[in-house]
Amino acid sequence: MTTVQTLPTTTTRVPPAPKRGIRLTPAALIWPAMLYLILTTQVPFFMTVYYSFFRYNLVDPTSRPFIGFGNYVTLLSDPQNLRILLNTVVLAGGTLILTLIIGAALALLLNREFLGRALLRTLLISSFLVMPIVTAVIWKNMLLSPTSGFFAWVSQNFGQAPVDWLGQFPMFSVILMITWEWTPFAALILLTGLQSLPDDQIEAARLDGASPWQEFQHIVLPHWMQAIQVVVLMETIALLQVYGEIYGSTSGGPGIATTNLPYFIYQKAFAEYNIGLASAAGVLTVILTNILAVYLLRLINRTTASNRGG
Amino acid sequence: MTTVPTSGPASRTVGDRHRLRNILLTLLTYLLALAFLFPLIWMIMAAFKTEAQAFATPPVFFFTPIWDNFQRALPSYLPALTNSLVAAVGSTLLAFVLGLPAAFALAVYPTRRAQGVLTWMLSTKFMPAVGVIVPLFLLFRNLGLLDTRLGLILMYTTMNLPLVVWMMHSYMSEIPFAIYEAAKVDGASVAQEFFGIALPLSMPGIAATALLALIFAWNEVFFALNLTSADAAPLSVFIGEFKTSQGLFWAQLSAAATLVVLPVLIFGWIAQRQLVRGLSFGAVK
Repeated sequence: MTTVQTLPTTTTRVPPAPKRGIRLTPAALIWPAMLYLILTTQVPFFMTVYYSFFRYNLVDPTSRPFIGFGNYVTLLSDPQNLRILLNTVVLAGGTLILTLIIGAALALLLNREFLGRALLRTLLISSFLVMPIVTAVIWKNMLLSPTSGFFAWVSQNFGQAPVDWLGQFPMFSVILMITWEWTPFAALILLTGLQSLPDDQIEAARLDGASPWQEFQHIVLPHWMQAIQVVVLMETIALLQVYGEIYGSTSGGPGIATTNLPYFIYQKAFAEYNIGLASAAGVLTVILTNILAVYLLRLINRTTASNRGG
Repeated sequence: MTTVPTSGPASRTVGDRHRLRNILLTLLTYLLALAFLFPLIWMIMAAFKTEAQAFATPPVFFFTPIWDNFQRALPSYLPALTNSLVAAVGSTLLAFVLGLPAAFALAVYPTRRAQGVLTWMLSTKFMPAVGVIVPLFLLFRNLGLLDTRLGLILMYTTMNLPLVVWMMHSYMSEIPFAIYEAAKVDGASVAQEFFGIALPLSMPGIAATALLALIFAWNEVFFALNLTSADAAPLSVFIGEFKTSQGLFWAQLSAAATLVVLPVLIFGWIAQRQLVRGLSFGAVK
């Protein structure tokens, strides 16, 4: 199977063209999907860019003056909005770092032989499969609630006053909640990465007298980079878009403490009907996502390259 | 680091120390796993409690399970369930109708341009929903698609189409090329190659991809909340309505939430390995 796999790239493929009626060409097979994606992602995005240059509120749809970069200036000059930008990055970055650390630990722990390992591996994916809004309402009401939440009872047992998690440490609590959701993803991708490491490489290193740390640093880590790269990229894209968790737990509050860009856009567009401003914020989110994704990819590629060299 | 079994000269004490360390690490693994499962266990337990038990401090760990909460949640759950099922299944089908031929063409006729098309499709995932929601909302309003199942199906298809193309491309590239060659010699058309070879041979991949697409559509929140209100509201909107309950109906909320997440959990557990591959777009196998 694997030997034949290389064939498609090496053979020059000229599809035979017997002429009989309508023929399906490869291009004809690809276009419907491409067209659909163009119509539902690229076109609306350009419309978002277009709207972002207007003062446009659905409450007064008749007056729609062109104001150039006015919406962007409004967005970027208000210190409150910079806080929202910062929230977006802190939430995504904090969660990413935590899920990577805990996920790596879990992956290393699960990459050993022990009783019940397959079962734990299977069960572990659970919190990733839970609908984000279920996560939010369950955590908010049953775990984090200062009056009857489980965590309040735990801290009371340790003689501490119950903590109003979402009130006092809103960002931390939201990060904790989303970390709970995304750690299984990181753990399972990282575990798959670990398991694809050939045993003979480790054995060779051991024969050469490598210490466990050297073994990890020079063999496991470089091999792990691809999996880490996947986790970082997929999580960055997903975490910058976190919405349901915030909607269901804090509604962006207290104040704007947990408002990120997606939640802010939702408020502007669907509560204030400020289409122009929401569009500008949408464009900024797209730019931010792309910059971070590309930058992180480069960063990881460079680390991988230097590890390979060293 | 934690990779253990050494092949060195194992004196007895070293062996014992390793065994002890192994046991401790296993215990730690179980503890961590339990910590991650706890919120779910707690939720499912509460679904079988009375409201007073669910709300009690100190928490009630032992109780006689009751079914009332499920019965009470059911009337409002069922319409939302129908909407979720229609939106998830409909969008998965549409994504396959559009995505399977594309994946097939990209896998069997891999040109330089095909690679570009694949990358471009993945890059549409870099587009946050908030970057498109405003014009789509206005468009849906004008076309009368707001609060319809069709509207949800269209959006979820956008969300899942790149996934379907990528995963199915990865599966279809693994079909030995000699099979296609043989078919071509016998004079098979592109359509015959697609329906006769590619589809039947990639059935396991289709199953795994469909599962992932269904789960994503089932769990989606942003489009659901902003493009539906009453008639087409799926399960995510149904659960969202509990967000203001402020500890009033914990048992009922838990029952509703259990009904919402249980199907996904069961399917996810069954197909865990394929899910991991799909979630990383086949990049890590």
